[in-house]
Amino acid sequence: MNPVDKRRREFFGQAAAIAGAMIAPGLMLYEYAEAVGPDGASRPRAPGEPVSGKVRWGMLIDTTKCAPGCRECVDACNRENGLPGTTRATDSQWIRKVDLKDLKTGKAVSLPVLCQHCAEPPCVDVCPTGASFKREDGIVLVDRHTCIGCRYCMMACPYKARSFVHEATTGQSPDVPRGKGCVESCTLCVHKVDKGGTPSCVEACAAAGHQAIVFGDLNDPSSEISKRVRAATTTQLRADLRTDNGVRYQGL
Amino acid sequence: METKSARRAFWLLLAAGGAVLAVALGAAHYMEVHGHAVTGMNNQVVWGLPHVFAIFLIVAASGALNVASIGSVFGESDYKPHAPLSVLLTVALLAGGLMVLVLDLGRPERLVVAATHYNFRSIFAWNMILYNGLFAICALYLWALLERRLGRFARPVGLAAFAWRIILTTGTGSIFGFLVARQAYASGVIAPLFIALSLAWGLAVFHLAQCGLARLAGREPMDAELHARVRRLLAIFVIAALYFVAVHHLTNLYWAKQVAFERFILVSGAPYPALFWAGYVVLGSLVPLVLLFHPGLASARATAAASVLVALGALAFLYVFIVGGQAFPLEIFPGYEVASTFGDGRADGYSPSLPELLLGLGGLAASFLIALAGARALPILAPAEVAMAAPAPAK
Ligand code: SF4
Ligand code: SF4
Repeated sequence: MNPVDKRRREFFGQAAAIAGAMIAPGLMLYEYAEAVGPDGASRPRAPGEPVSGKVRWGMLIDTTKCAPGCRECVDACNRENGLPGTTRATDSQWIRKVDLKDLKTGKAVSLPVLCQHCAEPPCVDVCPTGASFKREDGIVLVDRHTCIGCRYCMMACPYKARSFVHEATTGQSPDVPRGKGCVESCTLCVHKVDKGGTPSCVEACAAAGHQAIVFGDLNDPSSEISKRVRAATTTQLRADLRTDNGVRYQGL
Repeated sequence: METKSARRAFWLLLAAGGAVLAVALGAAHYMEVHGHAVTGMNNQVVWGLPHVFAIFLIVAASGALNVASIGSVFGESDYKPHAPLSVLLTVALLAGGLMVLVLDLGRPERLVVAATHYNFRSIFAWNMILYNGLFAICALYLWALLERRLGRFARPVGLAAFAWRIILTTGTGSIFGFLVARQAYASGVIAPLFIALSLAWGLAVFHLAQCGLARLAGREPMDAELHARVRRLLAIFVIAALYFVAVHHLTNLYWAKQVAFERFILVSGAPYPALFWAGYVVLGSLVPLVLLFHPGLASARATAAASVLVALGALAFLYVFIVGGQAFPLEIFPGYEVASTFGDGRADGYSPSLPELLLGLGGLAASFLIALAGARALPILAPAEVAMAAPAPAK
C-alpha cells in the first residue's frame, strides 16, 4: 500500500469512527467497494471489508458501435451525478462526446472521453494534499474534503478529464457530493459499483441499443471485458505516456 | 536623521500600498464568494493572471537573493553592504507571491489541510516545504547580517541560502517541467531556464528597490563602480535568460516535434505571439540591453528604466508561458481532427477579469509593503559612508 493510500485509509477510518453517519453517504461508500469471491468473480463488498486490489475496474469503448450525434451516455452521467449538463467553458463535463476525423483517410469516428482511471495517474502524483487518490480497485477519485482547489491535477491530466466547480452547485445528488472550489471527475459511478451496479453511461448506451461500452473487472479472466480485450485489438489513449488507462478503445 | 518630508513620503507610500492591498483582498473575497466563474479562468485555462503574478514574484524572490549571495558566498565585498536589502526583498517577494497563490485556490480556507496533508510525490507539496524553508533561512541570514556578533555566521548561512534558492527555483520550474502530457511544458530545459530568469528578474527588482529606498532616504543609490557592475550583471542575466528561452523553443521545434504548438505560441495564436515578441523579446529584453550597454546611458535612472522593462517583460513572458501553454489544446488523438463540447481540438480563449488583475497587483503591493516597512524597521540600507563616498574597498 503506498503512503497516500495508507493515509487515506487512516483518514477514512478515523472519520468513520468519529463522524459515522454524519459523513455523506457517497463518501462512506468509497471505502466499501467490491471484493473478489472465492471463485474469483467480483461480488459486492461487505461493509468494512477493504477495497480489493485483485479487482481492476475498467471500460472498453467500441467506437464502431458508438453513434455520431448520440449523447445518451453524457445525459445519463449528468442525471446520475447531478451535473448541470450545460456546456459553457466553466461547466463540469465528466464525460463528453468527441468527434474525430482521420487527417489522412478522412474516416470519421465518434466516441466518449471520460476519466481514464489510469493505473499510473498523473493527477494523483501531482496533488499536493493527496486529495486525488486511486483506490486499490483502480478507480481514481477526488476526496472532496481535502481538495484545496489548486487545479494542478487538471494541468497534469493528459485527457482533460477533470472539471473545476466554478460556482455554487444546485441539484446535487445525495450520493454524489460536489462542491464549489473543488475539482471533480468521473467516479466510474463508484456509489453504484460498490453495490454491485454498473456505471450509468454504460446502462444508458445499452438501453439505447448501441452497447458500445463494456464495464467490468479487467483482472477477472472470465469477465466479458477481459474476453473482449483478449480477442480484439484495443488501444489506450496516449499510450506513449504510460499511464496504463483502465479505459480502452476499440476501432481507433 | 530622517527629514520630515522623507517621513511623509514613507507614510504616503505605505498608505498607497495598503490601499492597493485592501482592494486586492476585496477582489479575492469576491472571487471566493462567487467562485471562479467570475474570473476569466475555465476548464481549459485553469491557471490565469493570478498565477502570472505569483510565479513572477516567487521566481524574482529567489533571484533577489543574488546580491547577498555574491557578497557573502563569493566574498565580493562591494556587494556586502547591500546583502540585507537583498534578503529582505526575497522575503517580501516570496510572501507576496504565496499570498496570490493561496488566495487563488478554490478553497483558500483549507490552507490547514495543505499544511497537514502532504503527498510527498507531489512537486507542489515539495515546493511548499521549500518556500517555508526559504523564509526560515532568510530570517536567520538577515539576523546574522545585521547583528555584528553573529557576523561570522553570515557566510555559512549565506551559503545555505544560496543552495536553497537554486533548489527552490528548480522546484518552481519543475511545477511545469513535470507536466509530461503538455506540449508547452514537458522539457528538461525549464529548470535552468527558470534559474536564468530568476537571476534577471531578481536583480531588476533589487535595483529598483535600492534606488527607491535610497531616494526616499535622500541618498545616492550606490557608488558608480558598483552600479557599473550591477548594470553589467543585469545585462548578462537578461542575455542568459534569452538564450535559455531560445533553447527551449528550438528543442521543442526540432527534437520534440511540437511544431504546431510552437507555431501557435510564436506566430498564429493571438495574443501570445505579440506578447512574446513585442513584450518579452523587444521591450523586456532588447531595449533593456540597449539601455544597459549604451555608454551614453550609464545612469542609475537608465538602469532603473531597464529594470522596469525587464519586470514588465517578465509578466509578458509568463503570460505566454502559463496562459498560452494551456490555451493550446491537449493532443489526445494525434493524427485526427478533433471537436467536442469541451474545447477539444481548438485553442480556447481566456480574457482575464478585473478581480484577477487586482489580486495580482495586490501581490505586488504586499511585497512592496513588506519591503518598505522592513527597510524602515531594520538597518537595511547600506551605511551612508559606503554608499556615498565610494571608497573602493581594499582588494
Ligand atoms: S484520466 Fe486524468 S483524471 Fe483520470 S486518472 Fe488519468 S490523469 Fe487522473
Ligand atoms: S485541485 Fe484538489 S485534487 Fe486537484 S491537485 Fe489540487 S488539491 Fe489535489
